[in-house]
Amino acid sequence: MKNEQLKQSVGTGSNEPGKYSTLNLGPTHPATHGIFQNVLKMDGEIVVEAEQTIGYIHRAFEKLAEHRPYNQITTITDRLNYCSSPINNLGWIMTVEKLFGIKTPKRVDYLRIILMELARIADHLVCNSVIGVDSGALTGFVYVFQERERIYEIYEEVSGARLTTNMGRIGGFERDFSPTAMKKLKELLDHLPSVLREFEKLLKRNRIFMDRTIGVGPISAERALNYGFTGPNLRAAGVDYDVRVANPYSSYEDFKFDIPIGTQGDTYDRFCVRQEELWQSIQLVKDAMNNLPEGPYHADVPEVYLPPKQLVYSKMESLIWHFKIVMGEINPPVGEVYHAVEGGNGELGFYLISDGGRTPYRLHFRRPGFIYYQAYPEMITGGVLSDAILTMSSMNVIAGELDA
Amino acid sequence: MTGNTEIAQAVRNQAGEGLLKEEVLHDMLTLTVEASKLHEILSFLKDTPSMGYTFLTDLCGVHYPDESLPFAVVYHLHNMRANHRIRIKTYLTAENPAIDTVSDLFSAANWMERETYDFYGITFTGHPNLIRILNVEYLDYFPLRKEYPLEDPTREDKDNRFFGREA
Amino acid sequence: MNQKASYNKVDPPEGYTSPGLFATSFDKVIGLARSNSIWPLPFATSCCGIEFMATMGAHYDLARFGSERLSFSPRQADLLMVMGTIAKKMAPVVHQVYEQMAEPRWVIAVGACASSGGIFDTYSVLQGIDRIVPVDVYVPGCPPRPEQIIDGFMKIQELVANEPLRRRYSDEYRNLLSSYGIR
Repeated sequence: MKNEQLKQSVGTGSNEPGKYSTLNLGPTHPATHGIFQNVLKMDGEIVVEAEQTIGYIHRAFEKLAEHRPYNQITTITDRLNYCSSPINNLGWIMTVEKLFGIKTPKRVDYLRIILMELARIADHLVCNSVIGVDSGALTGFVYVFQERERIYEIYEEVSGARLTTNMGRIGGFERDFSPTAMKKLKELLDHLPSVLREFEKLLKRNRIFMDRTIGVGPISAERALNYGFTGPNLRAAGVDYDVRVANPYSSYEDFKFDIPIGTQGDTYDRFCVRQEELWQSIQLVKDAMNNLPEGPYHADVPEVYLPPKQLVYSKMESLIWHFKIVMGEINPPVGEVYHAVEGGNGELGFYLISDGGRTPYRLHFRRPGFIYYQAYPEMITGGVLSDAILTMSSMNVIAGELDA
Repeated sequence: MTGNTEIAQAVRNQAGEGLLKEEVLHDMLTLTVEASKLHEILSFLKDTPSMGYTFLTDLCGVHYPDESLPFAVVYHLHNMRANHRIRIKTYLTAENPAIDTVSDLFSAANWMERETYDFYGITFTGHPNLIRILNVEYLDYFPLRKEYPLEDPTREDKDNRFFGREA
Repeated sequence: MNQKASYNKVDPPEGYTSPGLFATSFDKVIGLARSNSIWPLPFATSCCGIEFMATMGAHYDLARFGSERLSFSPRQADLLMVMGTIAKKMAPVVHQVYEQMAEPRWVIAVGACASSGGIFDTYSVLQGIDRIVPVDVYVPGCPPRPEQIIDGFMKIQELVANEPLRRRYSDEYRNLLSSYGIR
C-alpha cells in the first residue's frame, strides 16, 4: 500500500535509458550484516532490480570435510551458522549416530534439547535485535546482548568455549553438566523472561517499528515453498513446517510446544514468529530441565566414544580404542544418510555418504540461509531502499552459512 | 501417496525404462533414474496432485572418479503434507556432464545448481544464469572433484616452514 | 563540582614540569590524543564478528578505550579491524579498504583466520591478511574472547602512543607499503 503510493510519486516505471541508477551495496557496506554484495537498479528510491553476489567467505567446508575424520568435522560445523553453533554440532553428531545406528540415552537427548534451544534463543535474539538496530533502535540490542552473555557463560561451562563450542561427542557428551552450569541455567531462566518482555515492549507495539516493518518484504506461502524456505521465515509466511515436529529427533516428541505462524510473510511477521519462538524455547528448556532423567551422559559405544582417561592408562583395551578413535579409525558402516535438524534459520540438513573409510566420501550441508537468500530480489523489488535493508536483516542471512 | 513401494511403482509407470534402480537407504527411498528422464520425473512428482513432492529440500553433486558414469546429481524431495521424503539420483558421463535444469520447477534449484556447477563442472541445460557462485570467476578448475587437492597447488601465500613441510 | 570524578583520567606524558610550565615533545602529546580516540572500522566477516559485537556490547564495552564511535566508512577510520576469514574473493576488497583509509592507519588481525588462515587450509581462503596489507597486531583465538580483542586493542593503543611523527614519511615505511603494492 505504502509502496504503491511511493511508486506513483517517485517513478513512472518506464524503461527509458538513463532513467535508472545503479547502486552498489557491499561487500562491505555498513548496512549489510555479513559480507555479500547487492547491485541494485534504482528508480529514485524504488528498487527495480537486484542482483546478488555471494561467496566472499567461501571456506570450502565440503572439501575440508572429505579430508577429516568424523570426530573432527564438528569443528567445521561450528562455523556454519556461528550464532547457533550447538545446533550445528549436535545436528552433525546425530547424523553420524544415525549412520552408525547409535541410540542415545534419554538424558543425552534432554541435555541436547537444552543446548539446542539455548542456541535458538541466542540466534533469534541476535536477529530480532538487529532488526531493531536497522530500524533505528539500538537500545534493544544492548539489552539482549547482556542476556546472550549469560548463554555464552553456560556454553563455556559445558564445553569450554563461548562461540565455537564444538559441543558433544558421537554417542553423547564429553562430560555431564556441572552443578555450576545448572545454576547458571536457572539464573538465565529467571532473568531472561523479564528482559525479553521489556525488549518486546520496546518494539512489538511500537508505532514507528510497526510502520517500518508491516508489509515490508513480503513473500507468499507458495513462493516461499518454491524457493525452499524453511524455519521462521517459512512459518512467517503461514506454513507450519518445523523439523522438530515433522521428523522429531533427540526426543523432541516428548515435549509439547507451539509452532507460531504468521500470515503475511513480511518483516513484522518474521519478527513476531521469532519472538514467539523465543518464548517457546524458554518453555522447552524449562521442561527439559524439570524432567531431566538420571542416567549416563553417553551411550555405551566404546568403538566411537573415547574411554575415560584413567582406563586408557590402565587397560589395554581402552588404550587401543583411544588410539583408534583419536586417529580417526572408527570403521563407519557404508551407506548414505540424510538427517535434518531445525536450525536457527530453518532446516539444517546433512547429507553424508560413507564408503567405510576414515573420512566421509561426501558431505553436503543443506544450509537454509543459502537456499532462501535467493528470494531476496523478489522480496525487495518494488520497495524502497531502506526497506530492502530491513528485509535482509529480518531474513537473518548468516554469511558463514551462506557461503559454506 | 506415502508408501515407498507405491511411489516407486508410480514412478515406474511414468518413466518406464527411465527408472534404473530403487532401494531404501537408511529409511529413505532412493530412486536412480536416467539423466534424460530426470526433468520429466521431477515434474511428475511435483505437479501430480497424488504425489505432491512440491518441496526441493536439497540438490548436490557427487564425484565417483572410478565409475563409468562418474558424476552423480542427488535431489532430495519432500512431500510436506504427507511428511515423506525421497531421494532421486542420476549419473552423468565424464565427457559431457550435462543435465536438464529443474530451476523452472523449483526456484530453489537455481543457486543449488550453480553451486553444483561451481564445485563439479556439471552443466545444467536451460539454467538462466549458470556461472560460478561461491568461487572466484578466474578459478580454472572444479575444486570438489576428487583429483584436486584440498589446498590450492599453485598458491604462494603460505610459508611451508611453519607447517612442518619442505620449504 | 568538588565531587571526585569517578572516571580515570589519562596520565600526562613524560616532560619537564615547573610551576606554570609543562614541556614535552610534540610526538608524545599527539600520540596521547590519538591513542585515546581511535576510530575503528569493524571489517567483520564471520564468527569473530559476533565476538566483536559482544565486545562492543554493554558487558565488555570497547567504548571505554576511546572508540565509542565505530567508523563504517574507511575514510574516517584510524584502525582497520579485520575479524574473520578472508577468502580470496574478498582479498581485493580488504586491499581496497586499506587504500581508502587516510594516514595514519593501523591494522589489527583478529582471530586465527585473519592472522594465518586458521583451520581453513583450503583452496579458497587467503592464508593470513598480512599477504595483502601490513598488520600491526595479531590476536590469536578461534574466535578470541572479547578480553583478548580488548587486549589486542590496547596493544594498538600502545603502538599509537609511541609512534614517532616522522614514521609515516620515512623511506622504510614507504618501502613497506610499496612491497604490498600500495601507493
